[in-house]
Amino acid sequence: MTGRTEPTLDMTSPGQWHRRHLLAIEPLSREEILTVLDVAAAMKEVSQRDVKKVPALRGKTVVLLFFEPSTRTRTSFEIAAKRLSADTVSFSVSTSSVSKGETFLDTVLNIQAMAPDAIVVRHRSAGAPHFITNYIDACVINAGDGSHEHPTQALLDAMTVRERLGRLDGLKVAIVGDILHSRVARSNVFLWHKMGSEVWLCGPPTLLPPVFRRWPVRVTYRLEEALEGADVVMVLRLQLERHVSLRFPSVREYFQRYGLTRERLKYAKEGVLIMHPGPMNRGIEIESEVADGPYSVILYQVANGIAVRMAVLYLLLGGAASLINPTGPGSDPRYLTTDYGP
Amino acid sequence: MRIVMTPEDMSRTLSRMAHEIAEKFNREIAQAVMVGIRTRGLPLAQRLQALLRDVTGVTLPLGVLDITLYRDDLTQIGPAPLVRKTELPFRVTDRPVFLVDDVLFTGRTIRAALDELVDYGRPRTVRLFVLIDRDHRELPIQADVVGQFVATELDEIVHVLLRETDGRDGVVVARRTEPLDPEALV
Repeated sequence: MTGRTEPTLDMTSPGQWHRRHLLAIEPLSREEILTVLDVAAAMKEVSQRDVKKVPALRGKTVVLLFFEPSTRTRTSFEIAAKRLSADTVSFSVSTSSVSKGETFLDTVLNIQAMAPDAIVVRHRSAGAPHFITNYIDACVINAGDGSHEHPTQALLDAMTVRERLGRLDGLKVAIVGDILHSRVARSNVFLWHKMGSEVWLCGPPTLLPPVFRRWPVRVTYRLEEALEGADVVMVLRLQLERHVSLRFPSVREYFQRYGLTRERLKYAKEGVLIMHPGPMNRGIEIESEVADGPYSVILYQVANGIAVRMAVLYLLLGGAASLINPTGPGSDPRYLTTDYGP
Repeated sequence: MRIVMTPEDMSRTLSRMAHEIAEKFNREIAQAVMVGIRTRGLPLAQRLQALLRDVTGVTLPLGVLDITLYRDDLTQIGPAPLVRKTELPFRVTDRPVFLVDDVLFTGRTIRAALDELVDYGRPRTVRLFVLIDRDHRELPIQADVVGQFVATELDEIVHVLLRETDGRDGVVVARRTEPLDPEALV
């Protein structure tokens, strides 16, 4: 690391983390979210070193259990685990016994028998990661379950906004596109509401049914209204693979009505952040000129994804909750000393 | 609870440490960097940096290490201790590193700090300066400059209080179960 900045004392009172799993944003408190983001900021520095590896999770095994295609998220988790010195085993459904007819639960129980410390799960069914927690001892991290949640994506989005705008409250966050099928939208709605920002959802009525009005959000079918004064615009991918029937006349018409173009960006605030969870459909939900333009922070999101996932893995695996008991084996005074600081 | 350093004692001790560093390591100072270990090693490093500037005229570049990710007891404690940033705004390779911490106890913090430092490069030398040496070493690690040696029991805690972090200066030794009374330092 180079540059001439004075180190900061940073005496802010750190939060705490007592959860065994990360299944969703919805149950997290504001403080827990900030704890992850604070730790992620420290983890980001590790990725900027020449030696991008720390020994914190040496000896731990992380299984990546992906029942849906993924490039970004799986690679990101794998790099995150390896930067913390954990061993990773990547498991893809197409090359697994699932393709031979093995049930989801049997697959999970077989993996559990191999004694992993954490399982990162992506599954097409909402609730699959939660289901797993009833049968295994390992920590479970939800890497996206159906149309339910994708918590680490929302956390990395928040980290990116916090770095760029310096705050998470009082913002107008517009989420645009295929809301109906988007787990990213759900996680982000919960997160931004908890942080005290205003969330606007925008998309065609077929992808934004009235049920979404029950959420703590503003709903509009006019893109210009959603963009008006927005600090952050999150563009969602049109998830055609999840559509049971075509929900709009044509992709071309979708772009004409809801595609994010340079022209439409004029409605947003100066310095608006353009985000996308990826993969992008250029020319469908976002114009290339916007995706590659000066307001785009899409690649910063990818970089922050590693830091956030390092933070999550560290917080879940980095301690031994069973030894919190002050009369237990962790009570040897030499291990409870101020030698490692308070 | 016993007071082992008043604010005046601490001021005198740090001043003496700066002079001792300047005398012992005068050949290294021009090239050296100062690195504090979070949390209280950083303000101590800042103070030694200022004192050394007064004594030698050299302002050492300052950095901070957070050794949390290098602890050898992460599987023996819980929950995971929170991590703050390591900030080394310079290269350490082939330079003397002056490592600063508040208390030297088992030596495990310093072992972790050395591990982290070598991930950044290959320092020419690493010198250790601590305000308090409380004994009970578990590893073959010793300080080059010590503010004060304090004999302690294993079930005692050495509380180093600093203006920057605690609003006042002083060092107090107390039983683990004993409440800390900073007012006693006044």
